[in-house]
Amino acid sequence: MPKRIFYGLSVLLLSAVQPVLAQQFEAPGSRLLATGGASTIEGSGGGGIVPWATLSSYADEGEWGATVQMTEVQVDDFSLSVQGASFNWNNRVEVSYARQQFDLETIGGELEQSIWGVKARLSGDLVYGVMPQVSAGIQHKSNQTFALPQAVGATDDSSMDYYVSAAKAWLAGPFSRTWVANVTLRNTEANQLGLLGFGGDKEDSREWVGEASVAVFLDRYWAVGVEYRQKPDLLSFAKEDDWKDIFVAYFPSKHVSVVGAYADLGSIAGLESQTGWYLSVQASF
Amino acid sequence: MKIWVSAALVLLGSMMSGAVQAQSSELYQQLGERSGIETIVEEMLLGVADDERIAHYFADVDILRLHKLISEQVCNVSGGPCEYTGDSMAVSHNNLGINNADFNALVEHLIAAMEQENVPVAAQNELLALLAPMHQDIVE
Repeated sequence: MPKRIFYGLSVLLLSAVQPVLAQQFEAPGSRLLATGGASTIEGSGGGGIVPWATLSSYADEGEWGATVQMTEVQVDDFSLSVQGASFNWNNRVEVSYARQQFDLETIGGELEQSIWGVKARLSGDLVYGVMPQVSAGIQHKSNQTFALPQAVGATDDSSMDYYVSAAKAWLAGPFSRTWVANVTLRNTEANQLGLLGFGGDKEDSREWVGEASVAVFLDRYWAVGVEYRQKPDLLSFAKEDDWKDIFVAYFPSKHVSVVGAYADLGSIAGLESQTGWYLSVQASF
Repeated sequence: MKIWVSAALVLLGSMMSGAVQAQSSELYQQLGERSGIETIVEEMLLGVADDERIAHYFADVDILRLHKLISEQVCNVSGGPCEYTGDSMAVSHNNLGINNADFNALVEHLIAAMEQENVPVAAQNELLALLAPMHQDIVE
């Protein structure tokens, strides 16, 4: 783990659990513990790789909230670092920003992009009522290292993803545990999130992909779950696979959440079966 | 012979109904029956009284009566031998202007009280699931 990441994660953790500092950010919002979820690698509130219909932080009606996050993913031949922040107004609108650095450890080089996201809750509530919470969002992605993506066939250095998500919690689901499920439909032309640019020589069109997450809370603080994310496959130089992970999430308080996962990212840039670890820390205000 | 069969049937019948009753009040037992529920509700209300987000709703409320009614209600929905004698949720919360954040604040105090009383997570979840539908009658 690079030194700056270790430092950043430590500061985040300390600031989130340190009681004196925490007091200055008393009452991070009225929504129930864990309903703020985690931060995705694209900045939006959600699971780890799938944006959820839930909005980040614990802000409820009449409140605002914010989060900062750091995420590290380490697979066989690549590593991804993400730093992000989000803002939630009234549990109605979420604005998020994330920076990604993708280190091509075996091939050599680094790819970078930044992502602005906006998500709006359209209807429903995650916990209450029969209907799921439904949200729609956009992610504007711009790749800052387009030379390599262009060389392998990408056509654009920036693009938008559009998505619709539905999420529902069952307070006493199977085994009398609380379960949460989320499905997301995304319209995209991003190659490997956009790190390899947008559009491609094999196919230069947008497509709809499906994403899903299921989690079960073992108690009030610990959850385990799985995520699946379909991906487009637009570049001819290398096949792009769907992503999946299994995760453990810990919500010791409303100030901080920690997610660890084992991720299977399939083939990336011609290097097969990339599997490895994912660690994300989020502080909520 | 006939007598034995009827006796067995009666015995079986009483065991079955006993089993059903035990099952329906398992949650009630896990909450600590009447005294456990009264303690949980008391702790919840103490938490509420200290919570500036929602304490003002309870400023002019007869807190002992409220404690009695909520305890009755929890006892009743959890399968205990209690009659709820208060008004419906819609009537008792009419025009109070309670929003989602207020409702969640109360739920938080209920959860904290159950954690404090070491109520098993499964029982916590079952009670929360039984109470959650009241959201639509309480929140405006």
